Amino acid sequence: MGKTLPIVEKMKTGIPGLDDIAIGGLPKGRATLVSGTAGSGKTVLAAQFLAQGIEMGHSGVFVTFEESPEDIRRNLAGFGWDVQQWEDEGKWIFVDASPSPGERPIIVGDYDLGALAAQIADAVNEISAERVVLDSLGAIFGRLPDPSILRYELFRIASALRKFGVTTIITSERTEEYGAVARHGVEEFVADNVMILRQVLEEEKCRRTIQVLKFRGTVHKKGEYPFTVLPREGIVVIPLSSIELKQKSSAVRITSGNAVLDDICGGGYFRDSIILVSGATGTGKTLMVNEFIAGGQREGERCLIFAFEESREQLFRNAIGWGIDFELMEKEGKLQVVCVYPESESLEDHLITMKESINDFQPNRLAVDSLSALERVSTMKGFREFVIGLTSFIKHRETAGLFTSTSPSLMGGTSITESHISTITDSIILLRYVEIFGEMRRGLTVLKMRGSMHEKGIREFTIDGNGMHVREPFKNVTGIFSGHLVYTQQAEMDRISDILTGRRGD
Amino acid sequence: MHKQILKLYVTGRTGRSERAIAALKKINGEELGGQYEIVIIDVLEHPKLARNEKIIATPTLIKELPPPMRRIIGDLSDTDRVLLGLDLTAAAASDDQGDE
Repeated sequence: MGKTLPIVEKMKTGIPGLDDIAIGGLPKGRATLVSGTAGSGKTVLAAQFLAQGIEMGHSGVFVTFEESPEDIRRNLAGFGWDVQQWEDEGKWIFVDASPSPGERPIIVGDYDLGALAAQIADAVNEISAERVVLDSLGAIFGRLPDPSILRYELFRIASALRKFGVTTIITSERTEEYGAVARHGVEEFVADNVMILRQVLEEEKCRRTIQVLKFRGTVHKKGEYPFTVLPREGIVVIPLSSIELKQKSSAVRITSGNAVLDDICGGGYFRDSIILVSGATGTGKTLMVNEFIAGGQREGERCLIFAFEESREQLFRNAIGWGIDFELMEKEGKLQVVCVYPESESLEDHLITMKESINDFQPNRLAVDSLSALERVSTMKGFREFVIGLTSFIKHRETAGLFTSTSPSLMGGTSITESHISTITDSIILLRYVEIFGEMRRGLTVLKMRGSMHEKGIREFTIDGNGMHVREPFKNVTGIFSGHLVYTQQAEMDRISDILTGRRGD
Repeated sequence: MHKQILKLYVTGRTGRSERAIAALKKINGEELGGQYEIVIIDVLEHPKLARNEKIIATPTLIKELPPPMRRIIGDLSDTDRVLLGLDLTAAAASDDQGDE
């Protein structure tokens, strides 16, 4: 007790998101095994480890057992990495242990991998490499006999790399997504640190995840995290919960764009909060987005809209109808409207591109209309991860986010979106149709307002050319939001008295 | 007549290296009438040669001429298989080789 253990230093990989889940990076000076089925992204991850290293001034050695250096150069060019140039500059060396076409070595007697070890040592020395990649071990087991020799020799190479102090990624195949860590049984004892890449089909959609299985002597995040492989960037890991914890909340209020609604919420929305507006089609969700943006405009704030249901033209026309000139706002640089088809990309990719837009535009207010449209292109789990990823990203930036969600039934009930993400959002506003004595009216209630008092009643609201008008609470009717209205005796009398006195207004 | 070359890559002076060198000299002397010049390359001293030739395992014996080029990995402990592998006997039966 009380003795300080040697601390395992970490080396930042530079791969977006990976250093978050690996809490600082890979164990420095050690080997990490990256295991995954065919096509799970092992080679990209390994190569990206070297590529990002070069950007940080670390040179690297790529030992390839499988693909030829030419193939690798060509494949990596698609990610914007010019390996040939790095080779010319002495930042990257290939040790080519890939099979030569048509050549089958003849084995007579005992052998070792001394030449491979010597080549790696020489390459590391030549460019003072700090990073080494071995990709992938499985390929050498297919070519040389006697796994026991290979196991022993690979163990020796791993020990030598450790002596050099280089940080190493070793990739290896596995045959099942949830089974033994790797084939051949060698890999686990070669590396104290293991990461697993998976590609799982869920509800007909492919979902890629990365998991840090173990880091000997140091910490990492547990569980699987989604990642995506982007054409010009390579692997981007979405570190979900690791960022969620760091959110701070502020007491600063901003206007919802509607004075009455501000009152109901106890003085407006919170600056760093996420507001979910849920309602059936036509209840006024997009109008609430408009009001939210208009509120931002009056305050001179920057607003960003992601529209997944309507085209630009539709949005702009609707806004004009309510007296808000999006076109003018865009010209003034105060607004950006991004219209995307939900089906155009996977949800992981949507998240990345949305983050990029947010980073570029730096909005004070952000609206997503609608979140439920994105539900179509993902699994439930993937969708939940997307919402967590997006909300945590927004909350870091002192940006208020308004998300809309379409509920399936006109009168009451909740949508799947709501039930899955309601715990993530700070405030929930429900919009519903209310049938009162054969007349369709609209009701609004603030269901939840984290960290604040708010009015609990159900308000009637109307929509006209000037936007949204929030009125008096419905009286003497219960069960509005469950969709099962029950009128109390008083209701009929009130209605009559309302009509007689004209209190119901327009 | 110009002597043809057999290159033997080894890692240091280990027992395995010595066994392979001795076996190769014996095969050259007794079976091939000493017609080959034997070149021993230690990859620890010449790692770049190993890189150029894509040598992974040691010992590795390489015969470039006469074609076809042949590559034999191991300590060469079985003379018959080495001869078959080098493709230097006229009656080289191919069923005994290439079992990777």
